[in-house]
Amino acid sequence: MNLSPSKHAALAALLAAATLAGCSKKEAPPAAEPHAAAPAPAKTGEPLKAGFIYVGPVGDAGWTFAHDKGRREAEAKMGGKVVTTFVEKVPEGPDAERVLRDLVAQGNKLIFATSFGFMDAVTKVAKDNPDVKFEHATGYRTADNLRVYEAKFYEGAYLAGILAGQMTKSNVLGFVGSFPIPEVLRNINAFTLGAQSVNPKITTKVVWVSAWFDPPRETEAAQSLLDQGADVLLQNTDSSAVLQAAERAGKYAFGWDSDMSAVAPKAHLGSCALDWSGYYVKSFNDVLNGTWKPEVTKWGVKEGAVDLVKVASFAPAEARKKVDAARQGLKAGTLAVFTGPIVDNTGKEVLAKGVVADDAWKGAVNFYVKGVEGKVPAGK
Amino acid sequence: MSGLDLLVAATLSAGTPLAIAGLGLLVNERVGVVNLGAEGIMLVAAVSGFATAVATHSEWLAFGAGALAGGLLSLVLGWLVIWLNTNQYATGLAVSIFGTGLSAFAGIPFVGRRLTTGGHHGIPWLRDLPFVGPALFRQHPMVYLTIALAALLGFALHRTRLGLVVRAVGESPASAHALGYPVRRIRLAAVVAGGALCGVAGAYLSVVYTPLWVEGMVSGRGWIALALTVFATWRPARILLGAYLFGGVTMLQLHLQASGVQVPPQFMAMLPYLSTVGVLVLISRNPLWIRLNMPASLGKPFTPGA
Repeated sequence: MNLSPSKHAALAALLAAATLAGCSKKEAPPAAEPHAAAPAPAKTGEPLKAGFIYVGPVGDAGWTFAHDKGRREAEAKMGGKVVTTFVEKVPEGPDAERVLRDLVAQGNKLIFATSFGFMDAVTKVAKDNPDVKFEHATGYRTADNLRVYEAKFYEGAYLAGILAGQMTKSNVLGFVGSFPIPEVLRNINAFTLGAQSVNPKITTKVVWVSAWFDPPRETEAAQSLLDQGADVLLQNTDSSAVLQAAERAGKYAFGWDSDMSAVAPKAHLGSCALDWSGYYVKSFNDVLNGTWKPEVTKWGVKEGAVDLVKVASFAPAEARKKVDAARQGLKAGTLAVFTGPIVDNTGKEVLAKGVVADDAWKGAVNFYVKGVEGKVPAGK
Repeated sequence: MSGLDLLVAATLSAGTPLAIAGLGLLVNERVGVVNLGAEGIMLVAAVSGFATAVATHSEWLAFGAGALAGGLLSLVLGWLVIWLNTNQYATGLAVSIFGTGLSAFAGIPFVGRRLTTGGHHGIPWLRDLPFVGPALFRQHPMVYLTIALAALLGFALHRTRLGLVVRAVGESPASAHALGYPVRRIRLAAVVAGGALCGVAGAYLSVVYTPLWVEGMVSGRGWIALALTVFATWRPARILLGAYLFGGVTMLQLHLQASGVQVPPQFMAMLPYLSTVGVLVLISRNPLWIRLNMPASLGKPFTPGA
């Protein structure tokens, strides 16, 4: 929430209270835990309780929506063996810790923290509750009872880039970024590399909005990119505002996180959609079968966790064919998005010819590839 | 810098919802009622407007629905604070939180829905002039109406008998009461009118500016509008100025980024707020400015005969 300097000092405190009040919505209120003092592993017959915390509202039609969809589908697939609870709109920070401890107290044995910013909170709570398993999306810290999972979202961005590179008339692409962290920089680079793989003249302009979710601000950022000549947009923010700005301007854009084709049928080239249900099913089964162990899971197009869905039927068949070819390559493992030579936009080689980037390389991306304009804002 | 015309256009467009809501809150505060419910009222109006636009494909009906929703919610607020003398700050916050929740609940069927209104706007002939055409004359009609509204309000408040009565109620409700004016009814009328304007601003956001509905989409613009009233020392023309300044700084930082100027975006994101604080400090250096314009009974309940 953007808080303006207001005349009432108490406002900030009261607003915090408001946010707390807003994040107390729960589904399927868990029954009281009878054996609070004896935390034994789930017995057969008793369903596994799993809790989820979300950074946004489940109605955001974006990141949180995709996680919640995954949760619902996975729970349905487990057929009564798992009961899930969620808490939405949890601010990243001290509040997350309180909510996590609350979920532990309610008897959840498996807890998913679905945003990067929950990292400190989930690490602390995991340390204090060794009998509960924790999973952190897009993080990098693991412990005996904490593991991380993420989607190779950049593969979706790469596929989007292939389409964008063929649909642009100005050869200028636009990207609305949230925060300059490796995850987002990877997406900008993959989008650009995908576009350059079919159109070497591509340049990408980037505008940062310093928020994951602020629809009017996302609209403004999209407008400024369009004003500067970009004609195909992609965003790493969580609403469909950018897509709608493109629709209004008669340009193209993509959906992000989930299928957004319905909101902008003329502008929508495809949606980089996430499907977490497969991973959640795997995770539930790991706990139920006692095979859960701390590890790092990264699923992409191959595992069905990421895809460019609802590719526009108005895109030329040739363009769509190239997307399909790349998708097949990713599925078969014959194509890797970050394969050298990769040169950054100052001309320095960051990945040597023929080398396929490893996880350490991908986790440390702090540059723009050649063709992206500007400089990465200093993060730390 | 290239695209200055487009930057000016974007500024006018970005400042408009803030200006409409700011003018509404100014009307509230001129009669002595602080409406901290603005954010929630705007959200409820945004979802009402969006739903109306989906059903009727009419922007103007959507604005009407937004005004109605904003007016109704303000009526509740007004009844609580004017007749029941509840604390204005606490009640306003409660309305804001209530509105946020209500809009999220009512808006569930509308998430991801598409609007088919819109299209190109502008003033014929003038819109084709070089530079000033794209900069000034291709806006949504609401942008021009907002400017007209600010002028009208400025005139009405300071040059008409009605304005004098409104200001008297805000300055000294006891005196206005002694002169025989129905203080509480005047206050209620102003609160409802102001809430309706906030409603129009909310509907403008969800129907014209960012034509979509998602929970929480007003993203703090209600609070910014509240700050604008102080910023403007309760003068309509300055509300307009403040809204465009805020919109302009926001758009400038995004345009600078898009054109490749190297400034940290974190700093840029802070700039609109920083400039607001800056102007507030400048204004506060002259206490007379505030004292002359700030309604003396702001935030205070009034009970006739008590």
